Amino acid sequence: MANKTNINVLWDKIFKVSGLIVTLLGLVVLAVLLIDIFSEGFSRLSWDFITHYPSRHPERAGILSSLVGTIWVMAITAALAIPIGVMAAIYLEEYAKKSWLTNLIEINIANLAGVPSVIYGLLGLGVFVNFLALERSIIAGGATLALLALPIIIMSTREALRAVPPSIREASLALGASRWQTVSTMVLPAAIPGILTGVILSLSRAIGETAPLIVVGALTYIPFLPESPITGEFPFISLAGLKDPFSVLPIQIFNWVSRPQHGFIVNAAAAIIVLLTITFMMNAVAVWLRHKYQKKIRW
Amino acid sequence: MRNGLFTVLALIFLTVAVTEASARSIIKIDGSSTVYPVTEAVAEEFQAETKGKIRVTIGVSGTGGGFKKFCTGETDISNASRPIKPSEVTRCKEGKVEYIELPISYDGLAVVVNPANDWAAHMTTGELKKLWEPAAQGTVKKWSQVRDGWPDKEIHLFAPGVDSGTFDYFTEAIVGKSGASRGDYTASEDDNVLVQGISTDKYALGFFGVAYYEYNKDKLKIVPIDDGNDANGKGPVPASYDNVLRGTYQPLSRPLFIYVSKKSSEKPEVKQFIEFYIENAAFLSKDVGYVSLPEEAYGLISKRFEKGVTGSLFGGKGSQVGVKIDELLKKGL
Repeated sequence: MANKTNINVLWDKIFKVSGLIVTLLGLVVLAVLLIDIFSEGFSRLSWDFITHYPSRHPERAGILSSLVGTIWVMAITAALAIPIGVMAAIYLEEYAKKSWLTNLIEINIANLAGVPSVIYGLLGLGVFVNFLALERSIIAGGATLALLALPIIIMSTREALRAVPPSIREASLALGASRWQTVSTMVLPAAIPGILTGVILSLSRAIGETAPLIVVGALTYIPFLPESPITGEFPFISLAGLKDPFSVLPIQIFNWVSRPQHGFIVNAAAAIIVLLTITFMMNAVAVWLRHKYQKKIRW
Repeated sequence: MRNGLFTVLALIFLTVAVTEASARSIIKIDGSSTVYPVTEAVAEEFQAETKGKIRVTIGVSGTGGGFKKFCTGETDISNASRPIKPSEVTRCKEGKVEYIELPISYDGLAVVVNPANDWAAHMTTGELKKLWEPAAQGTVKKWSQVRDGWPDKEIHLFAPGVDSGTFDYFTEAIVGKSGASRGDYTASEDDNVLVQGISTDKYALGFFGVAYYEYNKDKLKIVPIDDGNDANGKGPVPASYDNVLRGTYQPLSRPLFIYVSKKSSEKPEVKQFIEFYIENAAFLSKDVGYVSLPEEAYGLISKRFEKGVTGSLFGGKGSQVGVKIDELLKKGL
């Protein structure tokens, strides 16, 4: 009897230690990657690097057009994917009755989350570039990445909604609130932290995508910026830039990594630091928002 | 309130429509990643020269992918690391796109080994064929099988992926049929990965553009190639800028091209860009690590463009080995 307990204690220790090793392994790999990238690229980071267009001279080349392209594309992706994804999830979770149709939709959304990203590129090429005649533009690229982000947003939003206790809904409905009132005032605010996590995860995935955007037609060399969304003339807002050609950071990085001159490898490392910084900033905003909304929930 | 909102929205859409109509002209280029550095250099200088009045964009979707866009009339210029293929000729015909083929520089394919390799001082094209032909797959596995006296050690092969023009050209030049190769080698679309692989493996052998050797000389050792034809220089010849330019590094030197749509070439901005390209191609190809064509070739290319000679110097048959560009151009004018 005592023997058996000892064995169990031993197993417990073995799992604890191996679990710790596995956890550290992930962190070590990340740390090695970060040290490698920073030691290579940090010295190259400068204001010039961010405000210059691509060039054949590594020391003169910059990421301006691809950085601005990335920001535009991500803005479009967020503007399309978040409202559509959250609304679809609310419908499926709060309104739709269980039927074979909703089952089918659910299975398909789960499957879509696992589709390789280049397939979304082909879809975007067919639907946005050719059929809707948006050409190889920012809006076509953003819409394609929005498709890529949608399944993840829908699934994580549903997960977050499901985590809100049913008693909250029942109490609200019992007091005479309509379904929409219940969702908008009780369920959604409580689910927002979870929704945000999903949104950021999906956008972080989208920001690093290269393959679908190359298929849609993102460029490598582009020495000008999309038309500014803010104009000097009435009505001060212009969406003309949406139809402009574009490049994104991952494509610029990929191009630099495969050039023979070592200077371009350094540039690639510096661009990776910029891309990582954007991702970390997005995560930081999400953490902050989550914290802010979590404090508001008082049951 | 609702009316006001509607007016604002309507105005926004109106602005979109108006600005779209007055969009500036853009010269659209796409195609090979090998030719990209040259075209990027030309575009950069052109942009500086015209102070950004004419916009140039370059995409990288490979020689084949570039022709796909080119033959539907989507792009004005296509970068190509090999001459146009029959299937692409048909595609362009269907898309009613006539093209002017302009060679712009040379690239040499360097065959390299690890610096610790002290036996492979040179190789013949026959030995390369024995090593790379499809029949070698699974049978030619050791250095000793390539030449008697070489170590009885496993040989590790590194080469560009099958989608690249470099792979097409090497197989055409060495095996005799474009795309025919053994499949059991380490492939990468990123030549720096190949450099890395060969520089850390004593028993490795691989090939890629000579620029990657020039910038990594300390990590690699070049293998001079003997094609058995004394007209191209006696004995083995190493890949170098000089030997590629002189035409003695055969059969592994290849020309790089741009294809200009005949219709686009009638636009003044495209015409200006191409003239600028031909004028500066010699200097700029050297600047990015390629080899310029012989000087007189650029005069002939300029004439070819002025006359608007359409079609391919290679009869639309794809890669050909051992061509002298200036002789071809003289015939093709």
